[in-house]
Amino acid sequence: MSTKASRTAARLMLAPAVILLLGWMLVPLSMTLIFSFQRYLPMRGGFQDWVGFENYVRFVTSSAFWPSVQTTLVIVGSVLLITVALGVLLAILLDQPMWGQGIVRILVIAPFFVMPTVSALVWKNMFMDPVNGLFAHLWRFFGAQPALFLSEAATPSIILIVSWQWLPFATLILLTAIQSLDSEQLEAAEMDGASPLARFWFITLPHLSRAITIVILIQTIFLLAVFAEIFVTTQGAFGTRTLTYLIYQRVLESQNVGLGSAGGVYAIILANILALFLMRIVGKNLDR
Amino acid sequence: MSFRTSLGLASALAIAAATAGHAQSLSGTVTIATVNNGDMIRMQGLTADFNAQYPDITLEWVTLEENVLRQRVTQDIATSGGQFDVMTIGTYEVPIWGENGWLVSLNDLPEDWDADDLLPAIRDGLTVDDELYAAPFYGESSMVMYRTDLMEAAGLEMPEEPTWEFIREAAAAMTDGNVYGICLRGKAGWGENMAFLTAMSNSFGARWFDEDWNAQFDSEEWANTLNFYHDLMTNYGPPGAANNGFNENLTLFQQGRCGMWIDATVAASFVTNPDDSTVADSVGFALAPDNGLGKRGNWLWAWSLAVPAGSQSTDAAKAFITWATSKEYTALVAENEGWANVPPGTRTSLYENADYLDAAPFAEMTLRSIETADPTQPTVDPVPYTGVQFVAIPEFAGIATEVGQEFANMLAGQQSVEQALDRAQALTTDAMEAAGY
Repeated sequence: MSTKASRTAARLMLAPAVILLLGWMLVPLSMTLIFSFQRYLPMRGGFQDWVGFENYVRFVTSSAFWPSVQTTLVIVGSVLLITVALGVLLAILLDQPMWGQGIVRILVIAPFFVMPTVSALVWKNMFMDPVNGLFAHLWRFFGAQPALFLSEAATPSIILIVSWQWLPFATLILLTAIQSLDSEQLEAAEMDGASPLARFWFITLPHLSRAITIVILIQTIFLLAVFAEIFVTTQGAFGTRTLTYLIYQRVLESQNVGLGSAGGVYAIILANILALFLMRIVGKNLDR
Repeated sequence: MSFRTSLGLASALAIAAATAGHAQSLSGTVTIATVNNGDMIRMQGLTADFNAQYPDITLEWVTLEENVLRQRVTQDIATSGGQFDVMTIGTYEVPIWGENGWLVSLNDLPEDWDADDLLPAIRDGLTVDDELYAAPFYGESSMVMYRTDLMEAAGLEMPEEPTWEFIREAAAAMTDGNVYGICLRGKAGWGENMAFLTAMSNSFGARWFDEDWNAQFDSEEWANTLNFYHDLMTNYGPPGAANNGFNENLTLFQQGRCGMWIDATVAASFVTNPDDSTVADSVGFALAPDNGLGKRGNWLWAWSLAVPAGSQSTDAAKAFITWATSKEYTALVAENEGWANVPPGTRTSLYENADYLDAAPFAEMTLRSIETADPTQPTVDPVPYTGVQFVAIPEFAGIATEVGQEFANMLAGQQSVEQALDRAQALTTDAMEAAGY
């Protein structure tokens, strides 16, 4: 039971951490906002003028904007679809008693510990390279022309790389959820003559719904910021320029901090719309 | 101590004595931002030699990857951050920063540093209005590297000054199954495919902008450049070339997959090194190709050391730069690591040194390539900018990266040459308008 005094003490003690956290978030955020209203070109001597919403208008009307939003959504959506579908499948398989279960589980989770830059390099040079890559050798072994993954199917290739990285996370969360499923329920259903598919559809999947929403929520936040994989493989060419990559190009390659900051604000808005939408779904799920 | 080192030490002492008037300012800390290339790492290892001459100067090194370095130093200098006293920058930055008044002039370096010994092309690239704003640490151009055994098998002989037509003929003759006649950069980026294509376009008579800063991608010369490049690469290049940059092509060449490769002269020491290259003993060198228009398709770059205007220890920073870019430093590296490892491409005297010429079979062609590139007059027709494989304006990196993506898409077969040029023209015009040209 907390007294009034102890609550005051708690507030006082928490204050430094709260202030630090607020500063941590607010300073960069307000800097971005301030920059976005400026004509700020480091290579031309820095601050030049206040320009109001000019940067915002220019960022949206640039021919690169809508394709980049579309690419972002395609990558996020596809990776979510793949990781959730395969994650559920893998979680069910890993839940079955089998020999060497521990090792198999570690192997499945392993990709999550590989840094994005490293995994992108490995995929690019060891697997997808049209001359030296493993796939090219495989294709040639069967008498086919090697596929040009990173130029002719660049977006699907990046989706593949990113999915490979995030599948372990989905699997892990879903496996934990599946393990909490009461086996008596399944046995009862089996005795009542429910087919395996029906048991999955009416018992397992509803049980997993909460875990799935959490996977989707967390992954979306991270996937919106996918960068290293694109930087390493295509440098934004062949229609793989996401919103994050476009902002990077505006700020660091074009050295236009104002325009890039406006892009950053758009990215924050997009992320918040998505997060709000997802939080409502989670909220609904948790209420049930 | 050998004769050469003592000579170096003696001349350094002479420099120190000559600048004794500034003795009290020749102490303090010099913070150096540099790139993590082998030559710079080696320089860092030789700090003790510098401190033997200037015991009161403390060197602090900030060694960064190329892209990160560029961002850090740009940010620092544009905001007058004053974090660094010496910055490692390239020939792209020097003219822009020099003009902005961001760098300290190096015209007053000591007499025996010998500014007249610098290769004229490199020196011009680092000079704005007769002021030298950076001292070159190492320089490079680009040239043709080719397989002598494959050329012989094809019954051809590479001239020292090939034409593009000959390159196409040779590429056709050498292409065979696992060997691709020619490997060139295709990966999007201002420092990747656009460095190569901009230099190549010079030899086709093309240019980025006319004298009124109008984009020129709608010109016939650019169409010729890009069509030639496209045909060459689709017929005789490796598959997936649109993702190949310097490193990817280096690997292919070292594996013996490329008949010819036109790229940076610094690659010569990698492809002739038997530890890394399977074709080390059969590599020849030639000048970058031309079209008989008076300009070759080779570029010019120099990693250079400069002092930002905001530095608090200008004199100490200059003392360091004098040491790092001097002939004595070259002799010091040669003594410790052998002549093949000295920083190349900055001084005439190095290319008159018999020891160096013996140790580096590519030395002569490197020098000729550097000498034929002129950053002040890079194109056949006059242009308002300097720079051979880039346009020295702040907007270039951003514009060229996007143009590079259009050209990479074209090489990957996702759009035609005409479409790529149309889009390049449109986006360059937009960006230049927005920048106020």
